[in-house]
Amino acid sequence: MLNFHKEHKNLVLAAGGVFIALSILIAIVPAFQMQGTEPIPDEKPLTAEEREGLHVYVSENCMACHTQQVRNIEMDNMWGSRPSIPSDYYYSKKRLDVWRQSPSVLGSERTGPDLTDIGNRQPSEDWHLLHLYNPRAVVSASVMPSYPWLFREVDSALLKKDDKVVAVPKELFNKPGKKIIASNDALRLVDYLKYLKQTELPGGTINDFIPALKKIQAERNEGQQAGGLDGAKLFSQVCAACHQETGKGIVGAFPSLVGSTIVTDGDTEKLIRVVLQGYDARTDYGVMPPFGDQLTDEEIAAILTHERSSWGNDAAPVTADDVAKVRQYVEMELNK
Amino acid sequence: MKKCKMVILLFLVILPNILSAQEKITTDNWLSSPGIIGTFVLIAIVMIIAIVILFVKINGYIDSLKRRQIDTNKMAFDDELVALDDADIDAILEKRKAALKYKLKGNELSGSAIASDDKGLIQRVEKDPNNAYFDEKKKTSLSLETPLELKKIVIYYIGAATLWLVLGTLIGQYLGMKFVWPEMDHQSWLSFGRLRPVHTNMVFWGWSSLAMIGLGYFVIARTSNNKIHNYSWAWTAWALINATVLLGSLALMAGINNGGGEYREYIWPIMLMFAIGLIITFINFYKTVATRKISEIYISNWFILASLIWTIVLAIIGYLPFYQDGLGETVIQGYYMHQGVGMWFMTFTLGLVYYYLPSALNKPIYSYSLGVLAFWTQMLFYTMIGTHHFVFSPLPWWLQTIAIVFSAGMVIPVVAGTTNFLMTMKGSWNHISKSYVLPFFLVGTIFYFVGSMQGSVQAFRFTNFVWHFTDFNVAHSHMTMYGIVAFFLWACIYAILPKLTGREPSQVLVGGHFWLAFIGLFAYMISLMAGGTYKGLSWIEGNAFIESVILMKPYWVWRAVGGSLMFISHLIFAYNFYYMVIGYKKIKSSVLAKPIEEITV
Repeated sequence: MLNFHKEHKNLVLAAGGVFIALSILIAIVPAFQMQGTEPIPDEKPLTAEEREGLHVYVSENCMACHTQQVRNIEMDNMWGSRPSIPSDYYYSKKRLDVWRQSPSVLGSERTGPDLTDIGNRQPSEDWHLLHLYNPRAVVSASVMPSYPWLFREVDSALLKKDDKVVAVPKELFNKPGKKIIASNDALRLVDYLKYLKQTELPGGTINDFIPALKKIQAERNEGQQAGGLDGAKLFSQVCAACHQETGKGIVGAFPSLVGSTIVTDGDTEKLIRVVLQGYDARTDYGVMPPFGDQLTDEEIAAILTHERSSWGNDAAPVTADDVAKVRQYVEMELNK
Repeated sequence: MKKCKMVILLFLVILPNILSAQEKITTDNWLSSPGIIGTFVLIAIVMIIAIVILFVKINGYIDSLKRRQIDTNKMAFDDELVALDDADIDAILEKRKAALKYKLKGNELSGSAIASDDKGLIQRVEKDPNNAYFDEKKKTSLSLETPLELKKIVIYYIGAATLWLVLGTLIGQYLGMKFVWPEMDHQSWLSFGRLRPVHTNMVFWGWSSLAMIGLGYFVIARTSNNKIHNYSWAWTAWALINATVLLGSLALMAGINNGGGEYREYIWPIMLMFAIGLIITFINFYKTVATRKISEIYISNWFILASLIWTIVLAIIGYLPFYQDGLGETVIQGYYMHQGVGMWFMTFTLGLVYYYLPSALNKPIYSYSLGVLAFWTQMLFYTMIGTHHFVFSPLPWWLQTIAIVFSAGMVIPVVAGTTNFLMTMKGSWNHISKSYVLPFFLVGTIFYFVGSMQGSVQAFRFTNFVWHFTDFNVAHSHMTMYGIVAFFLWACIYAILPKLTGREPSQVLVGGHFWLAFIGLFAYMISLMAGGTYKGLSWIEGNAFIESVILMKPYWVWRAVGGSLMFISHLIFAYNFYYMVIGYKKIKSSVLAKPIEEITV
């Protein structure tokens, strides 16, 4: 009979053997099974640039604060339209190189927002670059570190044609004759962030989130029945990252909506077009990405009505029909 | 025995109810969810015990104040005497003189024997009984005959560990301040993302691991009644582990990490050195135990040998690449990070406590069998629960469920261990006010129960719903790695070093270390737990994410305050360590081996 109290060899063998057996059962076998995952049909592989960006993401250890997993619970619905599935990680979670393993992008701490769908939520390259240069330039309450070492300061005269100049507001950088340009690392990192988009499942999106508390759920349903969407809330979720909650934007990066003629014009066509198609007419500001695919007519109408009636703006509301008309018109133009 | 069975039966009946209660996830009455209530109760336990300790101390202080009051009354009496008339005084003095002249022969009440403490009953002699501020603690009354080589190994392992503790917590403190002032610096190698793993890995592999192994060397040799198999291997392992932490930290700051999986951020060529260090240590320990001079293997050695072999297996599984693409990596990550804590730090430290606690109290461990039960259940339950770090994640539901169920099973080893330690302390409670070692053991034991149980309730689906991804996790990991492991390690260090070197640290400074660390940890923990809960509730409400950042700000300030207290306590500890070991070689063993009477008188 085994006597662990006196036989050191058997004690060590038993402890080691059982542990290895349990480990194989609970870790190695499931890990092997998970490795057999295949990609979703529409899922895009990373380009060389995006992969380079992933390497920067890992080097700076962005995983310490940012998760990339939409859990199947209601509160995570704001980070993606469906819960994450193993196939979502098919391309990004591969061994990096001989020295480094597959990156732990799922993360364990959400000190900053989840990045599963950041490419859809925030498609503007200018926003990302300014945000990396100094997060507080665009989100004043942010606690994210600045990454100035991903940028370089150059003489305006020595600026090359393909240098990407970052539109930094004067309060943060005010040296006459100098410009901030993004390094290759910063541009690749932004490429990777823009790549992060949830792939739509072939069968369409099914809402399989476990609902949160009943009270909130009920309130939400009531709100939706009682008179449509909350424009202010949508604005703060979609637009405030650049144009700020105050609507004043950031001088030198994102234009103000307060008193803007485009926003308050009696004819809303131009305004709706800017939202649907994006806008890149002014060199003194960053590029506005298009939101036509991301927002419904009702949502755009709610946001625009909010913009036109807040911060001292006083213009007539926009209806979903207005938006639908412009959308039709834009599509016709494209078909031509 | 019958009672015990009843309790187990009751537990088995209630357990499925507790677990199934987790199925319905609603936050309507989150305050009354079992997980949250459980956590409140557990935290309250620590509070109450702290208050009891404080009360005992205050009681002692009040007693000494009373004694001082009596002194003042005496002085008032003296003044009265001065004010008396000369004639009155003369009369009183004459009377007194007569009384004093009366003399006994001097032997009316005694025999002719010389007074001596033949049975060694007198343990200490108060030299300064009117010290109002601190209870005088019991001095270390015996020293242990230990080979100089072993002493040197223990001291150098703990010394290196102390250095990493101070440096690692300085970095941790700096990181905590970055939440309050994100623009503190603009150096790439000091940025939050790169520095966070430097902190965690440094206190894990530098402080805790080196201190554990150093203390382990003494336990292995002592309980096997044997010499360490090979002293020079110990030095090789020492150099390898220190090199791992040094090179690993530099690599992380340079932006070279293994892909960001927590606690395996060092790339494999660096971690390989650590693994080799562990293998050398294991062989050295094993050979020492194998040639032991007594027939039984003491329970401490079970824990220590097993934790070494488990951790070697763990490091290999954690770093082998064959099954780690896609979510395979995530399965291994959950397994690795939990086992790193459970199979290495927890198991090894428990092994140390099974030796140092009874030896500090000079009595045997309460139950050997409970220790054995705790050992096997630790292995069985702890191994299965890694995936509870990924509840609601895309990992298979069955893996998550196993993790949650076995998390509840952790009750068995934890209750067994806690009972064993508390019952060993039972009957020696007065030592808490008389010893500077026991408060550390007591806090470690209480946190062992509270921290582990809190971790188990945190794995339940509802509590996970509120707390996962929030700062609550950070509070939990400090409660365990600091409240349990660090406090136990300090207890062991203060218990053994004076016996090896013959130099005791100042009691005021040990007390300062204890209270600063304890209050600091409490401030740290409570602020992040409260803030983390509000953060989770804010997310559930569907508020904009930035609101959860804004609401955390005051809690982050308090965390930084708690962290500062903890860091200051480590500076005091480092000084105490320095004081205990300085010039230890010069003290002759003959002085150390003084008979008890000579030391106490």
